[in-house]
Amino acid sequence: MLLAASSIADMLSTQTTSGWLPVFVAAVVHVALVGAFFGLPAGIFIWAERKISGRIQDRLGPTRVGGRFGWLQSLADGVKLLQKEDLIPAQADAFLFRVSPYIVVVAAFMAFMFLPFSSGLVAVAMDIGLFVALAVLSLEVLGVVLAGYSSGSKWSLFGGMREAAQMVSYEVPLGLTAVIPVVLAGSMNLTDIGNMQAGWASNWFIFHDPFSFLAFFVFFTATLASNKRAPFDLAEAESELVAGFLTEYSGFRWSLFFLAEYAAMFFVSGLATILFLGGWWTGFAPLDNWLASLASSCWQGDYIVRVIGMKVFLTKSAILVCVQIWIRWTLPRLRIDQVMTTCLKYLVPIACFLFIGVVVYPLVLLTVLGRTTLLPGTGPFAEPIGERVPVPVVRQPIETASAVVDGPAAVTTEEH
Amino acid sequence: MDPVGLSGYLTVGAVLFVCGVICMATKRNAVGVLMGVELVLNGANINFVAFSRHTALGLDGQIASLFVIVLAAAEAAVALAIVLNFYNNHLTIDVDRAVELKG
Amino acid sequence: MENLLFLIYAIAACGGAVGVALSQNVVRMAFWLVISLASVSGLFFMLGADFVGATQLLIYVGGTVVLLIFGVMLTTTGPYLAIKTNPAEMIQASVVGVAFLGVVLSTVTAVDWSGNRATLEHAGLVSRPGSYYQQGEGNTSRQIGTALLGVRFDQMEQGAAASDEAAHGHHHDGHTHADHAHGNHAHGAADHHHETISASPRVGSGYLLPFEIVSVHLLVVLIGASYLARAKRRVEQAA
Repeated sequence: MLLAASSIADMLSTQTTSGWLPVFVAAVVHVALVGAFFGLPAGIFIWAERKISGRIQDRLGPTRVGGRFGWLQSLADGVKLLQKEDLIPAQADAFLFRVSPYIVVVAAFMAFMFLPFSSGLVAVAMDIGLFVALAVLSLEVLGVVLAGYSSGSKWSLFGGMREAAQMVSYEVPLGLTAVIPVVLAGSMNLTDIGNMQAGWASNWFIFHDPFSFLAFFVFFTATLASNKRAPFDLAEAESELVAGFLTEYSGFRWSLFFLAEYAAMFFVSGLATILFLGGWWTGFAPLDNWLASLASSCWQGDYIVRVIGMKVFLTKSAILVCVQIWIRWTLPRLRIDQVMTTCLKYLVPIACFLFIGVVVYPLVLLTVLGRTTLLPGTGPFAEPIGERVPVPVVRQPIETASAVVDGPAAVTTEEH
Repeated sequence: MDPVGLSGYLTVGAVLFVCGVICMATKRNAVGVLMGVELVLNGANINFVAFSRHTALGLDGQIASLFVIVLAAAEAAVALAIVLNFYNNHLTIDVDRAVELKG
Repeated sequence: MENLLFLIYAIAACGGAVGVALSQNVVRMAFWLVISLASVSGLFFMLGADFVGATQLLIYVGGTVVLLIFGVMLTTTGPYLAIKTNPAEMIQASVVGVAFLGVVLSTVTAVDWSGNRATLEHAGLVSRPGSYYQQGEGNTSRQIGTALLGVRFDQMEQGAAASDEAAHGHHHDGHTHADHAHGNHAHGAADHHHETISASPRVGSGYLLPFEIVSVHLLVVLIGASYLARAKRRVEQAA
């Protein structure tokens, strides 16, 4: 479970006799892959942010390093940052000051372990993948708060305090809206949620009903805030707080914060893609069907389909990240009281309402129209609710169990 | 299944519990005392989950630990509200300064 | 492998706990608390309690500790608040603590846990509660959820050993041979040495009542904490 690299481990364990070696190799492979997905998007999106912000502000952005478009600007920045002196202010609590960037990076990195990049391409496949991912991502706030406190500067402290208040508050609408696809799918397994949205784009959870459509935007707003992206970047508001909790940081530790921020941006975009935007499916039913048949034909086909799915997934996530960048350079920053008002007075009630709406919607349709979808059609939502929900895997015959668990709709559709 | 066995987990739980008790006894900072309480609750939680895996307790242990986590969060919220009130009255959170009710 | 992981988590958890007890600075205490609690959640994952581990991370580490740090920041007067502990008190507490630890550890090692369990099972006092961890690898969230509603999938009312290989299937598989299975059990239950009638999850009130109480409790806490935290401000304005 802990090292769910079991497929590689199983494959290798048939060839070697040593017990721990296959597990170790599988773990190394997975760590390397997840590390690549953690580091590379960050570099790419830092470059993209500079380029897009330049264009939005009628500038060119980076043009020199690595050819015409400044492809290597991120690398050059990284090298520059590594060479800088690692300053620790005399007022700082040196131990916490050193440690807190690592907390942030570890939290962002760990979240990637639970993110499936394509059907089955996930480092740790858990039934509660979404829950764990959100839990791990929420640890990021600790590093920020400790960084703000340990810097020994009032600007940093203000930044850290704002960040704590903001992230803890925005976790409520984030969690509530993330539960909506869980309700629709009947599973917290991110792979299941993604696979349930195969077929036409109308199968995507964002188009499932009006409530989930709005839920996507609430979710997106909450992720912006929990990533401290503009217009919610109060923690590092440079016009008020110098640079917030980053004020005293320099060099490598500073770049760790930025690495984590961009990785987390990519992560929440990926999460939004899986939860609402069809995951690794193209949204074009004939293509999806062809891919699925190719995947089931042979293992090479399966592998190719997974890689194609990963490309689709990365494309969708990258588009969402670009939207985040676009929003950052378009909207002005809110005040801190406006940020809290937005969350507590608007987003939380809206999220609660949407949650109740999503739960009630199929029941209302069932009463009025006699089916649980607005349009008669095929796909996962043509089936009555309860049918989609996989019952718990237990070690017993499930005759009475499933009737109890699946709720009234399932009972009415099945004659025992 | 599990080469570690039950007593390893129980040992960790015991260490956490004792550290929490020491923390509660020696810290004069109200928030410090709260952290001690959290440690004690976690020591108990480890025992619950360990027993749930290794003995006939079954899933009940996990559910009990879930309740403990939820109640600990609630307790921390209320306690912090009290601490804030105390700070507003005394400008300190040193628990030894709360002596008004001493007879 | 698992021993190594356990060792890492256990050392981190215990070290964090000792750090909490020993450090004077409150925010450092919070940091060590984070280390300790996060390692405990790692131990939960190792014990096959994924849901509890994730809840620990989300509520404890991500919520409660942040709340504590927030409390520290709102109540400090100086830059690095450190309320000193008297060394004599510390020594006293350590002596008592170590003695207490000795008592607990001697108890832990003195009891023969596996032997006790074997005795209980042999005496038929344990109805083998589902052994949830053997197949699901810690995927217990559904069973916990149904248990909170009163349906105990982990406590089948028949010996679980008989159908270890069966029932990995889905919903539909379960239903296709449901009728046959039901008939079989009705006949075969009598000569089974357990006193159970059919292989169904135990249905009762389960944890429904505690669950409801906890939810009401949380609501009360929410209102009460916000009332407590803001009551003082009104008094100040009046004064």
